[in-house]
Amino acid sequence: MNKHLKMDRPATERFLDETAQNVLGTPMDRPDGPAKAAGQATYAHEWQIEGLCHGVLVRATIPAGRVARIDADAVTGRDGVLRVISDPRMLRVPAQGGANEAPDQGPDEVAYLGQPIALVVAETFEAARDGALALPVEYDPADFTVDPDAVEPEVPKKKQASQGDLEAAMREAAHSVDVTYTTPGHNSAAMEPHAAIAVWNGDDLLLRGSYQMLKYNRNELADAVGIDPAHVRILSPYVGGGFGSKLGITHEAVAAALASKELGRPVSVTLSRQQVFETTMRRSETRQRFRLACDAEGRMTAVGHEVLVSQLPGQQFSEPVTQATPFAYAGPNRVIGHRIARVNRTCAGSVRAPGEAVGITAMENAMDELAEAAGIDPVQFRILNIPEKDPTSGKPFSSHTLERALREGAERFGWSERRAPGQRREGDWLIGMGMASAIRVNILAEAKARVTLEPDGRVLVETDMTDIGTGTYSILTQVASETLGVSTDRVRVRLGDTDLPPGPGSGGSWGAASSGSAVYLAARAVRDRIAEAMGADEVTLKDGHAIAGNRRVDLAGLFDGPVTAEGHVEPGKTMKETRQSSFGAYFCEVAVNAVTGETRVRRMHGTFAAGRILNAKTASSQCLGGMTFGIGMALTEELLHDPRDGHIVNRDLAEYHLPVNADVPQIDVVLLEERDDYASPIQAKGIGELGICGAAGAVTNAIYNACGVRVRDYPATLDKVLAVLPD
Amino acid sequence: MKRFDYARAADVAEALREGQGDGAAFIAGGTNLLDLMKLRVLTPDRLVDINRLALGGIERDGDGLRIGALVTNSDLAADETVRRDYPVLSRALLAGASGQLRNKATTGGNLLQRTRCYYFYDIAMPCNKRDPGSGCQARGGVTRLHAILGGSDKCIATHPSDMAVAMLALKAEVEVEGTDGARRRVPLDDFYVPPGDTPQVETVLGAGELITAVILPLPAGDRQIYAKVRDRASYAFALVSCAAVIGMDGDRIGHAALAFGGIAPRPWRNAEVDGLLTGQAPSDDLFRRAADLLLADAKGHGGNDFKIPLARRVLIDTLRKATRGDAA
Amino acid sequence: MRTELTINGATHALEADARTTLLDALRDHLGLTGSKKGCDHGQCGACTVIVNGRRINACLTLACMHDGDEIVTIEGLGTAEAPSEMQRAFVAHDGYQCGYCTPGQICSATAMLDEVAQGWPSHVSDDLTGEMDLSDAEISERMSGNLCRCAAYPNIVDAIRATARKEAAE
Ligand SMILES: Cc1cc2nc3c(=O)[nH]c(=O)nc-3n(C[C@H](O)[C@H](O)[C@H](O)COP(=O)(O)OP(=O)(O)OC[C@H]3O[C@@H](n4cnc5c(N)ncnc54)[C@H](O)[C@@H]3O)c2cc1C
Ligand code: FES
Ligand code: FES
Repeated sequence: MNKHLKMDRPATERFLDETAQNVLGTPMDRPDGPAKAAGQATYAHEWQIEGLCHGVLVRATIPAGRVARIDADAVTGRDGVLRVISDPRMLRVPAQGGANEAPDQGPDEVAYLGQPIALVVAETFEAARDGALALPVEYDPADFTVDPDAVEPEVPKKKQASQGDLEAAMREAAHSVDVTYTTPGHNSAAMEPHAAIAVWNGDDLLLRGSYQMLKYNRNELADAVGIDPAHVRILSPYVGGGFGSKLGITHEAVAAALASKELGRPVSVTLSRQQVFETTMRRSETRQRFRLACDAEGRMTAVGHEVLVSQLPGQQFSEPVTQATPFAYAGPNRVIGHRIARVNRTCAGSVRAPGEAVGITAMENAMDELAEAAGIDPVQFRILNIPEKDPTSGKPFSSHTLERALREGAERFGWSERRAPGQRREGDWLIGMGMASAIRVNILAEAKARVTLEPDGRVLVETDMTDIGTGTYSILTQVASETLGVSTDRVRVRLGDTDLPPGPGSGGSWGAASSGSAVYLAARAVRDRIAEAMGADEVTLKDGHAIAGNRRVDLAGLFDGPVTAEGHVEPGKTMKETRQSSFGAYFCEVAVNAVTGETRVRRMHGTFAAGRILNAKTASSQCLGGMTFGIGMALTEELLHDPRDGHIVNRDLAEYHLPVNADVPQIDVVLLEERDDYASPIQAKGIGELGICGAAGAVTNAIYNACGVRVRDYPATLDKVLAVLPD
Repeated sequence: MKRFDYARAADVAEALREGQGDGAAFIAGGTNLLDLMKLRVLTPDRLVDINRLALGGIERDGDGLRIGALVTNSDLAADETVRRDYPVLSRALLAGASGQLRNKATTGGNLLQRTRCYYFYDIAMPCNKRDPGSGCQARGGVTRLHAILGGSDKCIATHPSDMAVAMLALKAEVEVEGTDGARRRVPLDDFYVPPGDTPQVETVLGAGELITAVILPLPAGDRQIYAKVRDRASYAFALVSCAAVIGMDGDRIGHAALAFGGIAPRPWRNAEVDGLLTGQAPSDDLFRRAADLLLADAKGHGGNDFKIPLARRVLIDTLRKATRGDAA
Repeated sequence: MRTELTINGATHALEADARTTLLDALRDHLGLTGSKKGCDHGQCGACTVIVNGRRINACLTLACMHDGDEIVTIEGLGTAEAPSEMQRAFVAHDGYQCGYCTPGQICSATAMLDEVAQGWPSHVSDDLTGEMDLSDAEISERMSGNLCRCAAYPNIVDAIRATARKEAAE
């Protein structure tokens, strides 16, 4: 009585539009909200466990080489320090998202400055922290390189593509741009630092941690420690933000597990904020060359996007900068290039919307430049170049909402008020407007979930899926409530426990649509049982009652015992046969200080479409968050690497500048009504990352409109604007 | 954080007694000291808690104002007299740190806060200020935060305080009590010493000496501005800041006192610039000459080159505004 | 060392290393984990608690310095079942996502409204001595000591504005 669905056909049945509860899509308050606002939600570090001791990781202070000697005796036994652990199973780098196996291990081999090399465990956190900083370590240094521009890059064959003749198209075009943009490294900087508490019970490891994708994390942890995954349980009911940095298992999990085993006591390990910067995934800096061309009417003829990113030697992942380039805009002549510089810098990995966050952003700048060259309004220019079908693969789009988003967004924002560059001044401030498209590939991931109708009419939803702030508790509540016709306060959602049916994890924006579909399928199966019990083909379910014909029956008491079903969704042919993407449009007004070059975002608007919206409030919050990331990317965020040893010098929140409240205006978000039948059984697409994919481009395009300065080197800090401002 | 003994002093005499000896440090708000102790940048053996000392008042002092060393940045910024007569000080304080930090940060501690240089903050890096003789890693490194004036071969770190910049333009004096119980007053301009070969020595404060108060004379100019330029709209240290206290004498500048933050190892002042402006009629030409003079010896280190034109623009703009009268 | 702490009206005897910050005392020793640690260096505001009526960063102060002080943490403002107005408003306006910065935001906002009531100016106040008007720009500036990476800032401003209006109306 479980329900399995492989998306081989479009989901044309609009079941959830016909149900009676009418909660799906509403801006319901988060069920997890009251606990969070009261400080009663328990995050990884916060479990109160008898006999807990504390571990603090020790960092390598050279960029490459071997650890020759660790003088554990210098700290052990003093000040409550219990043990210095340097185990070959400890991680050198975190696992990449979805790795499903241990990443590089062996901390003795140093690949970047800041890499964890040992763990100091003590009775108290204070002692462990001091021991970790005081621990004498000797190294055999090795050669290294840290400058991505100074090495001969790798050119992976699979990541190059071309069609038509780009060079000829550039030569013959009425208008063209050949511009290079650079973006710096970024850190996810979730507010909760990575944390784990490990407890062993015989051969069984229980880890309370802060991770995004538990079904993979369990296997990664088991593989690293060298035990069967059946002996590992991970709990992550609340995750204080992830943004990619908690996709894979991280140093603290493995270190805590090993230390706990060795000491026979529960061990807690939390990364310091500095360690979060130095040892969790960075988004690679990028160098992106665009060659774009159009004819005299503004129809694009060429799209060239060639990028350079960096990564540690031996790592598979490289920032997929051009991920959306093949289908973003029309044009028969196309080139995609991808080069990877191998350097001894902190491992590169996923940071919110890997690929489009930087790729579409810079693309939208280059588009702004081409629109200007062609003398066409930037909104019109984009509309003109929306492709009929994927210009690279020829596949049809599952749905395409860019034009609607552009038109409706422009209208709402007041785009028609925009003037030529440098025309508006208020006191010291130069005012300008800019826009950009939002484009993010859509993915459905395999997901399972269990739904139980309790005899008292309450509903329990269970999956190992996580809520990292995305709103999973809310939307799964709503999907179950809608499908089963029970009020949301009678639905309870349990998440973040590897003992529960495996969800897709929170990553790649696939969580809501995938887990939502699994819950939907499970609830449909339960619904079938209700209909069966009512002896009817069709039932209406509303407010805890089943209605069939002229019978209205309370769900409480309908069954003697719990009725349980599992839902299982898998991606299928629809994903292969259609090009799927979420779309949107950003509009932004900035003020650039004519004296100092400082930029302030005064107004920002985003219109987005992502299939069925499951909760208008949490979906809109995701977009706010993404756009704020965009403001940070545009204006303030940059990992600064020391030119000599590559280490991240601004490794804290005082000097890595996340936007603060005063940097962010009252951003306005509009969500468009849409159903994408090809995307998922519930016609929903991903929205968690859409809000960042291009947002920074709208800000920098607005800077250009304000003062005529094209900053092609992100972020647009005041020094770069200043350099070109008149006296 | 290295282990330390903790002692709480009840009064100044006890604090001075407890604070003797090499490894002792006073702790006031703790917002700078604990920050650095956690990283093992500072490793005192003994912390003397001075928060219960009776140094938390703001009183009249002749024509001026006497600010106890333990007055918090919040209280000082909100003080009625300061807001009315010393707005540049309120403005500077309010431009610094965050509401929470200002509630803890004290007047004495703020003056003595250490540089935010990335390399000073990282014990794996050489730093002459932290570890004399080890070298200066900022040179040749990332220098966005660093000095364009007043640095030395040994150190190019900047002093991060906003408050001290305003106080410098207000001609403040620092009241210090020595271990012998004697009080002396040091003009703030003489309080900080250049880095030279000993960047670890930042002020004239002797070992175990306590700051008891800051004294502000009656301000000599009523046109006061604090301009702060930073990397985000709030909660960031100054890249360049400028405090101006200007008094007009008819249509001439009767009094000029300027001070700068973010550009030097100490809150920066150039008396010649003030002299150049005094007695002159305001004009862009005059302001440009003032900027030329201020920045004559300025030297960038790559990542901070922009501070030279930025300081110039900020100075000129501030003078325009102050002499026009659009002050705080 | 031993310190008596008064937290949310109750006395707690803390026996801990002198190095223990107020934040670690709350979280690791007293089981009051509502206050969060985002940076441990005064750079994020997640640890904001209210001491003697004023918001401070609990990570940059030692527990042993606080005997005799009145400490209020998020747990003292309200509970999930009986939330304060501010807590309620944060939920209604979705002034959070992951929730990790949220207790700090709420403690900060609660004490911030008192600062405004006392007429404290801010960096963005046009007039240092005039009436303090709680515009959105004022709220944003005064709340800039609390980072939110989920970036709920606009909703946080909405929640605070709503709470301030409600309190003013009462
Ligand atoms: C994230 C962050 C952002 C900040 N942003 C800014 C900013 O933008 N602008 C700015 O100006 N500041 C900023 N600050 C710094 C802040 O203003 C200082 O930390 C604070 O002013 C220090 O005061 P305190 O009382 O906490 O000093 P403490 O940390 O207690 O002491 C600092 C030093 O002064 C000594 N000391 C303290 N009082 C006395 C005394 N009476 N006599 C002798 N010695 C004494 C101590 O021994 C110690 O060496 C920021 C701090 C942080 C953490
Ligand atoms: S934890 Fe205290 S400010 Fe970040
Ligand atoms: S809610 Fe996640 S950091 Fe603010």
